[in-house]
Amino acid sequence: MSAISTELLQGILQHLLLVSAAVGIATLLGVLLGVVAYWVRGLGNVLLLAAEIIQTIPSLALLALLMILFGLGNTTLVVGLVLYALLPIMRGTHTGLQNISPHLREAARGMGMSRLQRLFGVELPLSFPLIFSGVKIALVNSLSVAVMGVLIGAGGLGGIIYRGIQSLQMQRILLGAVPVVLMALLLEYGMSFVEKWLTNTRRPQTHPLNSPEETI
Amino acid sequence: MKFAEFVGKNHQILLDSLLRHIELVTISVLGGMLLAIPLGIWLTRHRRLAGPVLALAGTVQTIPGLVMLGFALILLGTGMLPAVVVLTLYAILPVLRNTYLGIVEVDRGYTEAARGIGMTDLQMLCSVELPIALPTIVSGIRLSTVYIVSWTTLAGMIGAGGLGDLIWTGLATYNKQYILAGAIPSALLALVLGGLISLLERRLVSAGVRRARV
Repeated sequence: MSAISTELLQGILQHLLLVSAAVGIATLLGVLLGVVAYWVRGLGNVLLLAAEIIQTIPSLALLALLMILFGLGNTTLVVGLVLYALLPIMRGTHTGLQNISPHLREAARGMGMSRLQRLFGVELPLSFPLIFSGVKIALVNSLSVAVMGVLIGAGGLGGIIYRGIQSLQMQRILLGAVPVVLMALLLEYGMSFVEKWLTNTRRPQTHPLNSPEETI
Repeated sequence: MKFAEFVGKNHQILLDSLLRHIELVTISVLGGMLLAIPLGIWLTRHRRLAGPVLALAGTVQTIPGLVMLGFALILLGTGMLPAVVVLTLYAILPVLRNTYLGIVEVDRGYTEAARGIGMTDLQMLCSVELPIALPTIVSGIRLSTVYIVSWTTLAGMIGAGGLGDLIWTGLATYNKQYILAGAIPSALLALVLGGLISLLERRLVSAGVRRARV
Protein backbone atom coordinates (compact mmCIF):
# COMPACT_ATOMS: atom_id res chain seq x y z
CA MET A 1 0.00 0.00 0.00
CA SER A 2 2.66 2.48 0.99
CA ALA A 3 4.74 1.62 -2.05
CA ILE A 4 1.75 2.43 -4.24
CA SER A 5 0.96 5.68 -2.47
CA THR A 6 4.59 6.78 -2.76
CA GLU A 7 4.49 5.96 -6.45
CA LEU A 8 1.23 7.88 -6.84
CA LEU A 9 2.49 10.92 -4.98
CA GLN A 10 5.66 10.90 -7.02
CA GLY A 11 3.65 10.56 -10.22
CA ILE A 12 1.39 13.49 -9.32
CA LEU A 13 4.32 15.72 -8.41
CA GLN A 14 6.24 14.82 -11.55
CA HIS A 15 3.16 15.34 -13.67
CA LEU A 16 2.56 18.78 -12.20
CA LEU A 17 6.21 19.70 -12.48
CA LEU A 18 6.42 18.71 -16.16
CA VAL A 19 3.18 20.50 -17.03
CA SER A 20 4.05 23.68 -15.15
CA ALA A 21 7.55 23.79 -16.61
CA ALA A 22 6.12 23.43 -20.11
CA VAL A 23 3.29 25.92 -19.68
CA GLY A 24 5.69 28.35 -17.95
CA ILE A 25 8.02 28.30 -20.94
CA ALA A 26 5.08 28.42 -23.35
CA THR A 27 3.64 31.46 -21.57
CA LEU A 28 6.86 33.46 -21.91
CA LEU A 29 7.30 32.39 -25.51
CA GLY A 30 3.61 32.67 -26.42
CA VAL A 31 3.19 36.19 -25.03
CA LEU A 32 6.39 37.27 -26.77
CA LEU A 33 5.22 35.80 -30.09
CA GLY A 34 1.73 37.23 -29.55
CA VAL A 35 3.25 40.70 -29.14
CA VAL A 36 5.39 40.20 -32.25
CA ALA A 37 2.28 39.09 -34.13
CA TYR A 38 0.51 42.24 -32.99
CA TRP A 39 3.35 44.57 -33.93
CA VAL A 40 4.26 43.01 -37.28
CA ARG A 41 0.96 42.09 -38.88
CA GLY A 42 2.27 40.10 -41.89
CA LEU A 43 4.58 38.02 -39.72
CA GLY A 44 1.79 37.63 -37.19
CA ASN A 45 -0.45 35.74 -39.56
CA VAL A 46 2.39 33.41 -40.47
CA LEU A 47 3.20 32.77 -36.80
CA LEU A 48 -0.43 32.06 -35.88
CA LEU A 49 -0.82 29.76 -38.86
CA ALA A 50 2.33 27.87 -37.89
CA ALA A 51 1.10 27.43 -34.32
CA GLU A 52 -2.25 26.24 -35.63
CA ILE A 53 -0.61 23.67 -37.88
CA ILE A 54 1.45 22.34 -34.95
CA GLN A 55 -1.72 22.11 -32.89
CA THR A 56 -3.39 20.04 -35.59
CA ILE A 57 -0.66 17.37 -35.62
CA PRO A 58 -1.83 14.30 -33.65
CA SER A 59 -0.12 14.27 -30.27
CA LEU A 60 1.22 10.74 -30.55
CA ALA A 61 2.70 11.63 -33.94
CA LEU A 62 4.29 14.84 -32.66
CA LEU A 63 5.76 13.17 -29.58
CA ALA A 64 7.11 10.27 -31.63
CA LEU A 65 8.70 12.68 -34.12
CA LEU A 66 10.23 14.71 -31.30
CA MET A 67 11.59 11.52 -29.81
CA ILE A 68 13.55 10.94 -33.00
CA LEU A 69 15.07 14.41 -32.56
CA PHE A 70 15.55 14.61 -28.79
CA GLY A 71 15.65 10.98 -27.66
CA LEU A 72 13.76 9.46 -24.75
CA GLY A 73 13.02 11.43 -21.61
CA ASN A 74 11.38 14.37 -19.90
CA THR A 75 12.93 17.00 -22.18
CA THR A 76 11.16 15.58 -25.21
CA LEU A 77 7.81 15.67 -23.44
CA VAL A 78 8.34 19.25 -22.28
CA VAL A 79 9.23 20.33 -25.83
CA GLY A 80 6.05 18.68 -27.12
CA LEU A 81 3.88 20.26 -24.43
CA VAL A 82 5.39 23.70 -25.10
CA LEU A 83 4.63 23.35 -28.81
CA TYR A 84 1.00 22.46 -28.06
CA ALA A 85 0.60 25.19 -25.45
CA LEU A 86 1.88 27.95 -27.74
CA LEU A 87 -1.24 28.40 -29.85
CA PRO A 88 -3.83 29.20 -27.15
CA ILE A 89 -1.45 31.58 -25.37
CA MET A 90 -0.31 33.30 -28.55
CA ARG A 91 -3.87 33.63 -29.76
CA GLY A 92 -5.06 34.96 -26.39
CA THR A 93 -2.30 37.58 -26.34
CA HIS A 94 -2.85 38.58 -29.94
CA THR A 95 -6.65 38.82 -29.65
CA GLY A 96 -6.34 40.66 -26.35
CA LEU A 97 -4.00 43.25 -27.82
CA GLN A 98 -6.12 43.72 -30.92
CA ASN A 99 -9.31 44.19 -28.93
CA ILE A 100 -8.00 47.19 -27.03
CA SER A 101 -10.16 50.18 -27.78
CA PRO A 102 -8.47 52.62 -30.16
CA HIS A 103 -9.27 55.46 -27.74
CA LEU A 104 -7.09 53.96 -25.04
CA ARG A 105 -4.31 53.32 -27.51
CA GLU A 106 -4.53 56.90 -28.79
CA ALA A 107 -4.59 58.28 -25.26
CA ALA A 108 -1.41 56.38 -24.38
CA ARG A 109 0.24 57.61 -27.54
CA GLY A 110 -0.96 61.15 -26.87
CA MET A 111 0.65 61.11 -23.43
CA GLY A 112 3.96 60.56 -25.19
CA MET A 113 4.49 56.99 -24.05
CA SER A 114 7.05 55.01 -26.01
CA ARG A 115 6.14 51.75 -27.69
CA LEU A 116 7.48 49.65 -24.82
CA GLN A 117 5.87 51.87 -22.19
CA ARG A 118 2.55 51.49 -23.99
CA LEU A 119 3.02 47.75 -24.15
CA PHE A 120 3.86 47.23 -20.48
CA GLY A 121 1.84 50.09 -19.00
CA VAL A 122 -1.36 49.88 -21.02
CA GLU A 123 -1.68 47.16 -23.62
CA LEU A 124 -0.51 44.02 -21.81
CA PRO A 125 -2.41 44.80 -18.58
CA LEU A 126 -5.59 45.34 -20.59
CA SER A 127 -5.04 42.06 -22.45
CA PHE A 128 -4.43 40.13 -19.28
CA PRO A 129 -7.85 38.42 -19.08
CA LEU A 130 -7.45 36.91 -22.53
CA ILE A 131 -3.85 35.87 -21.92
CA PHE A 132 -5.09 34.22 -18.74
CA SER A 133 -7.75 32.30 -20.72
CA GLY A 134 -5.06 31.12 -23.13
CA VAL A 135 -2.92 29.87 -20.24
CA LYS A 136 -5.93 28.07 -18.80
CA ILE A 137 -6.62 26.21 -22.06
CA ALA A 138 -2.92 25.36 -22.35
CA LEU A 139 -2.75 23.99 -18.79
CA VAL A 140 -5.85 21.82 -19.08
CA ASN A 141 -4.69 20.41 -22.44
CA SER A 142 -1.16 19.78 -21.23
CA LEU A 143 -2.34 17.78 -18.22
CA SER A 144 -4.00 15.32 -20.54
CA VAL A 145 -1.28 15.23 -23.22
CA ALA A 146 1.41 14.70 -20.56
CA VAL A 147 -0.06 11.26 -19.85
CA MET A 148 1.38 10.18 -23.18
CA GLY A 149 4.84 11.07 -21.91
CA VAL A 150 5.21 7.50 -20.70
CA LEU A 151 5.48 6.38 -24.32
CA ILE A 152 8.58 8.48 -24.87
CA GLY A 153 10.19 7.67 -21.55
CA ALA A 154 9.04 10.68 -19.52
CA GLY A 155 7.74 10.56 -15.95
CA GLY A 156 4.35 11.55 -14.55
CA LEU A 157 1.07 9.75 -14.05
CA GLY A 158 1.19 8.14 -17.49
CA GLY A 159 3.47 5.41 -16.13
CA ILE A 160 0.90 4.20 -13.60
CA ILE A 161 -1.86 4.27 -16.21
CA TYR A 162 0.17 2.48 -18.84
CA ARG A 163 1.28 -0.29 -16.48
CA GLY A 164 -2.38 -0.68 -15.51
CA ILE A 165 -3.33 -1.11 -19.16
CA GLN A 166 -0.56 -3.61 -19.77
CA SER A 167 -1.59 -5.72 -16.78
CA LEU A 168 -5.31 -5.17 -17.54
CA GLN A 169 -5.94 -3.83 -14.03
CA MET A 170 -8.80 -1.34 -13.93
CA GLN A 171 -7.83 -0.09 -10.45
CA ARG A 172 -4.30 0.75 -11.51
CA ILE A 173 -5.59 2.73 -14.49
CA LEU A 174 -8.02 4.60 -12.27
CA LEU A 175 -5.31 5.27 -9.71
CA GLY A 176 -3.39 7.22 -12.33
CA ALA A 177 -6.37 8.64 -14.20
CA VAL A 178 -8.44 10.08 -11.36
CA PRO A 179 -5.75 12.56 -10.26
CA VAL A 180 -5.30 13.72 -13.88
CA VAL A 181 -9.02 14.32 -14.36
CA LEU A 182 -9.40 15.98 -10.95
CA MET A 183 -6.49 18.32 -11.58
CA ALA A 184 -7.88 19.19 -15.02
CA LEU A 185 -11.37 19.90 -13.66
CA LEU A 186 -10.03 21.87 -10.70
CA LEU A 187 -7.94 24.06 -13.00
CA GLU A 188 -10.75 24.42 -15.52
CA TYR A 189 -13.35 25.55 -13.00
CA GLY A 190 -10.97 27.46 -10.72
CA MET A 191 -9.42 29.43 -13.54
CA SER A 192 -12.76 29.98 -15.30
CA PHE A 193 -14.00 31.56 -12.10
CA VAL A 194 -11.01 33.91 -11.97
CA GLU A 195 -11.45 34.54 -15.69
CA LYS A 196 -15.05 35.65 -15.27
CA TRP A 197 -14.07 37.92 -12.43
CA LEU A 198 -11.26 39.42 -14.51
CA THR A 199 -13.44 40.06 -17.54
CA ASN A 200 -16.30 41.46 -15.51
CA THR A 201 -14.23 43.87 -13.46
CA ARG A 202 -11.83 44.94 -16.13
CA ARG A 203 -13.73 45.07 -19.34
CA PRO A 204 -17.44 44.57 -19.64
CA GLN A 205 -17.52 43.14 -23.14
CA THR A 206 -18.03 39.83 -24.87
CA HIS A 207 -15.22 37.43 -24.48
CA PRO A 208 -13.98 36.18 -27.85
CA LEU A 209 -12.17 33.11 -26.52
CA ASN A 210 -15.29 31.69 -24.95
CA SER A 211 -18.37 30.41 -26.78
CA PRO A 212 -18.67 28.92 -29.59
CA GLU A 213 -15.53 26.84 -29.73
CA GLU A 214 -13.16 28.16 -32.32
CA THR A 215 -9.80 27.15 -30.94
CA ILE A 216 -8.49 23.67 -31.18
CA MET B 1 16.74 8.16 -49.05
CA LYS B 2 16.40 5.27 -46.64
CA PHE B 3 12.90 6.44 -45.80
CA ALA B 4 11.91 6.48 -49.46
CA GLU B 5 13.17 2.92 -49.76
CA PHE B 6 11.15 1.93 -46.71
CA VAL B 7 8.01 3.48 -48.17
CA GLY B 8 8.61 1.76 -51.51
CA LYS B 9 8.97 -1.61 -49.86
CA ASN B 10 5.99 -1.24 -47.53
CA HIS B 11 3.60 0.84 -49.58
CA GLN B 12 0.80 -1.71 -49.31
CA ILE B 13 0.90 -1.71 -45.49
CA LEU B 14 1.06 2.08 -45.44
CA LEU B 15 -1.91 2.41 -47.77
CA ASP B 16 -3.95 -0.10 -45.76
CA SER B 17 -3.14 1.73 -42.54
CA LEU B 18 -4.14 5.05 -44.04
CA LEU B 19 -7.45 3.65 -45.31
CA ARG B 20 -8.18 2.01 -41.96
CA HIS B 21 -7.40 5.32 -40.25
CA ILE B 22 -9.81 7.18 -42.51
CA GLU B 23 -12.43 4.48 -41.93
CA LEU B 24 -12.14 4.76 -38.14
CA VAL B 25 -12.29 8.57 -38.26
CA THR B 26 -15.30 8.58 -40.59
CA ILE B 27 -17.34 6.10 -38.56
CA SER B 28 -16.56 7.80 -35.25
CA VAL B 29 -17.21 11.35 -36.41
CA LEU B 30 -20.45 10.35 -38.14
CA GLY B 31 -21.50 8.44 -35.02
CA GLY B 32 -20.65 11.43 -32.85
CA MET B 33 -22.65 13.75 -35.12
CA LEU B 34 -25.65 11.41 -35.10
CA LEU B 35 -25.71 11.54 -31.31
CA ALA B 36 -24.60 15.12 -30.75
CA ILE B 37 -26.72 17.11 -33.22
CA PRO B 38 -30.15 15.79 -32.08
CA LEU B 39 -29.06 16.05 -28.43
CA GLY B 40 -27.85 19.61 -29.02
CA ILE B 41 -31.18 20.56 -30.61
CA TRP B 42 -33.06 18.90 -27.77
CA LEU B 43 -31.02 20.90 -25.27
CA THR B 44 -32.02 24.17 -26.92
CA ARG B 45 -35.64 23.19 -26.09
CA HIS B 46 -34.72 22.22 -22.53
CA ARG B 47 -32.22 24.89 -21.67
CA ARG B 48 -32.18 24.22 -17.96
CA LEU B 49 -30.49 20.88 -18.68
CA ALA B 50 -27.91 22.38 -21.04
CA GLY B 51 -25.48 23.42 -18.30
CA PRO B 52 -25.23 20.01 -16.60
CA VAL B 53 -25.16 18.03 -19.87
CA LEU B 54 -22.42 20.20 -21.39
CA ALA B 55 -20.44 20.02 -18.14
CA LEU B 56 -20.71 16.23 -18.16
CA ALA B 57 -19.56 16.05 -21.78
CA GLY B 58 -16.72 18.42 -20.90
CA THR B 59 -15.65 16.14 -18.07
CA VAL B 60 -15.55 13.13 -20.38
CA GLN B 61 -13.31 15.20 -22.65
CA THR B 62 -10.74 15.76 -19.89
CA ILE B 63 -10.23 12.00 -19.44
CA PRO B 64 -6.93 11.25 -21.20
CA GLY B 65 -7.26 9.15 -24.36
CA LEU B 66 -4.92 6.48 -23.05
CA VAL B 67 -7.22 5.92 -20.06
CA MET B 68 -10.41 5.59 -22.10
CA LEU B 69 -8.72 3.18 -24.47
CA GLY B 70 -7.44 1.21 -21.50
CA PHE B 71 -10.99 0.88 -20.16
CA ALA B 72 -12.29 -0.10 -23.56
CA LEU B 73 -9.56 -2.73 -23.83
CA ILE B 74 -10.54 -4.27 -20.50
CA LEU B 75 -14.31 -4.06 -21.04
CA LEU B 76 -14.59 -4.74 -24.78
CA GLY B 77 -11.34 -6.39 -25.76
CA THR B 78 -9.16 -5.51 -28.75
CA GLY B 79 -10.05 -4.55 -32.29
CA MET B 80 -12.03 -1.89 -34.08
CA LEU B 81 -15.22 -1.94 -32.00
CA PRO B 82 -13.78 -0.72 -28.68
CA ALA B 83 -11.83 1.95 -30.55
CA VAL B 84 -14.94 3.17 -32.37
CA VAL B 85 -16.89 3.33 -29.09
CA VAL B 86 -14.22 5.47 -27.42
CA LEU B 87 -13.63 7.67 -30.45
CA THR B 88 -17.36 8.31 -30.90
CA LEU B 89 -17.60 9.36 -27.27
CA TYR B 90 -14.80 11.87 -27.83
CA ALA B 91 -16.39 13.15 -31.04
CA ILE B 92 -19.58 14.22 -29.26
CA LEU B 93 -18.56 17.24 -27.21
CA PRO B 94 -17.41 19.78 -29.83
CA VAL B 95 -20.42 19.06 -32.05
CA LEU B 96 -22.84 19.10 -29.12
CA ARG B 97 -21.48 22.34 -27.76
CA ASN B 98 -21.49 24.10 -31.12
CA THR B 99 -24.95 22.84 -32.09
CA TYR B 100 -26.37 24.14 -28.83
CA LEU B 101 -24.53 27.48 -28.90
CA GLY B 102 -25.11 27.95 -32.63
CA ILE B 103 -28.87 27.69 -32.21
CA VAL B 104 -29.06 29.58 -28.91
CA GLU B 105 -27.12 32.46 -30.43
CA VAL B 106 -29.47 32.90 -33.39
CA ASP B 107 -30.64 36.49 -33.22
CA ARG B 108 -34.01 36.77 -31.48
CA GLY B 109 -35.21 38.98 -34.30
CA TYR B 110 -35.18 36.00 -36.65
CA THR B 111 -36.90 33.54 -34.34
CA GLU B 112 -39.56 36.04 -33.36
CA ALA B 113 -40.21 36.91 -37.00
CA ALA B 114 -40.51 33.19 -37.74
CA ARG B 115 -42.96 32.71 -34.93
CA GLY B 116 -44.80 35.85 -35.99
CA ILE B 117 -45.52 34.48 -39.46
CA GLY B 118 -46.92 31.35 -37.83
CA MET B 119 -44.13 28.82 -38.25
CA THR B 120 -44.35 25.68 -36.17
CA ASP B 121 -41.46 24.69 -33.95
CA LEU B 122 -40.21 22.19 -36.54
CA GLN B 123 -40.47 24.67 -39.41
CA MET B 124 -38.60 27.24 -37.38
CA LEU B 125 -35.88 24.73 -36.61
CA CYS B 126 -35.44 23.53 -40.18
CA SER B 127 -35.76 26.76 -42.10
CA VAL B 128 -34.48 29.37 -39.63
CA GLU B 129 -32.40 28.08 -36.76
CA LEU B 130 -30.42 25.27 -38.38
CA PRO B 131 -29.46 27.21 -41.55
CA ILE B 132 -28.20 30.12 -39.46
CA ALA B 133 -26.40 27.86 -36.99
CA LEU B 134 -24.92 25.63 -39.71
CA PRO B 135 -21.46 27.26 -39.96
CA THR B 136 -21.06 27.00 -36.17
CA ILE B 137 -22.14 23.36 -36.20
CA VAL B 138 -19.73 22.57 -39.04
CA SER B 139 -16.98 24.30 -37.09
CA GLY B 140 -17.70 21.85 -34.26
CA ILE B 141 -17.51 18.96 -36.71
CA ARG B 142 -14.14 20.25 -37.90
CA LEU B 143 -12.83 20.32 -34.33
CA SER B 144 -14.15 16.82 -33.71
CA THR B 145 -12.53 15.51 -36.87
CA VAL B 146 -9.13 16.97 -36.06
CA TYR B 147 -9.32 15.58 -32.50
CA ILE B 148 -10.43 12.19 -33.72
CA VAL B 149 -7.63 11.89 -36.28
CA SER B 150 -5.33 12.43 -33.32
CA TRP B 151 -7.08 10.03 -30.91
CA THR B 152 -7.22 7.38 -33.64
CA THR B 153 -3.42 7.18 -33.68
CA LEU B 154 -3.69 6.11 -30.03
CA ALA B 155 -6.19 3.41 -30.92
CA GLY B 156 -3.30 1.47 -32.47
CA MET B 157 -2.57 0.50 -28.87
CA ILE B 158 -5.66 -1.71 -28.68
CA GLY B 159 -5.23 -3.29 -32.08
CA ALA B 160 -7.63 -1.14 -34.06
CA GLY B 161 -5.09 -0.68 -36.81
CA GLY B 162 -4.61 2.60 -38.64
CA LEU B 163 -1.57 4.85 -38.84
CA GLY B 164 -1.13 4.69 -35.07
CA ASP B 165 -0.20 1.05 -35.45
CA LEU B 166 2.92 2.09 -37.36
CA ILE B 167 3.84 4.67 -34.72
CA TRP B 168 3.37 2.13 -31.92
CA THR B 169 5.52 -0.39 -33.74
CA GLY B 170 8.13 2.30 -34.27
CA LEU B 171 8.08 3.33 -30.61
CA ALA B 172 8.24 -0.26 -29.38
CA THR B 173 11.16 -1.23 -31.60
CA TYR B 174 12.77 2.21 -31.74
CA ASN B 175 12.44 2.16 -35.52
CA LYS B 176 12.50 5.65 -37.03
CA GLN B 177 11.10 4.56 -40.39
CA TYR B 178 7.92 3.21 -38.82
CA ILE B 179 7.48 6.34 -36.70
CA LEU B 180 7.89 8.61 -39.73
CA ALA B 181 5.62 6.41 -41.86
CA GLY B 182 2.83 6.73 -39.27
CA ALA B 183 3.40 10.25 -38.00
CA ILE B 184 3.74 12.16 -41.26
CA PRO B 185 0.59 10.82 -42.97
CA SER B 186 -1.48 11.22 -39.79
CA ALA B 187 -0.35 14.83 -39.43
CA LEU B 188 -1.12 15.50 -43.09
CA LEU B 189 -4.51 13.78 -42.77
CA ALA B 190 -5.45 16.03 -39.83
CA LEU B 191 -4.34 19.15 -41.72
CA VAL B 192 -6.10 18.22 -44.96
CA LEU B 193 -9.40 17.22 -43.31
CA GLY B 194 -9.33 20.29 -41.07
CA GLY B 195 -8.64 22.52 -44.08
CA LEU B 196 -11.38 20.98 -46.23
CA ILE B 197 -14.04 21.31 -43.54
CA SER B 198 -12.87 24.87 -42.93
CA LEU B 199 -13.53 25.67 -46.59
CA LEU B 200 -16.98 24.09 -46.35
CA GLU B 201 -17.67 26.12 -43.22
CA ARG B 202 -17.10 29.36 -45.06
CA ARG B 203 -19.40 28.42 -47.93
CA LEU B 204 -22.22 27.47 -45.61
CA VAL B 205 -23.10 30.89 -44.28
CA SER B 206 -26.76 31.10 -45.19
CA ALA B 207 -27.50 33.32 -48.20
CA GLY B 208 -29.91 35.49 -46.24
CA VAL B 209 -27.44 36.08 -43.45
CA ARG B 210 -24.70 36.87 -45.96
CA ARG B 211 -26.90 39.49 -47.58
CA ALA B 212 -27.85 40.96 -44.23
CA ARG B 213 -24.17 41.34 -43.31
CA VAL B 214 -23.37 43.34 -46.45
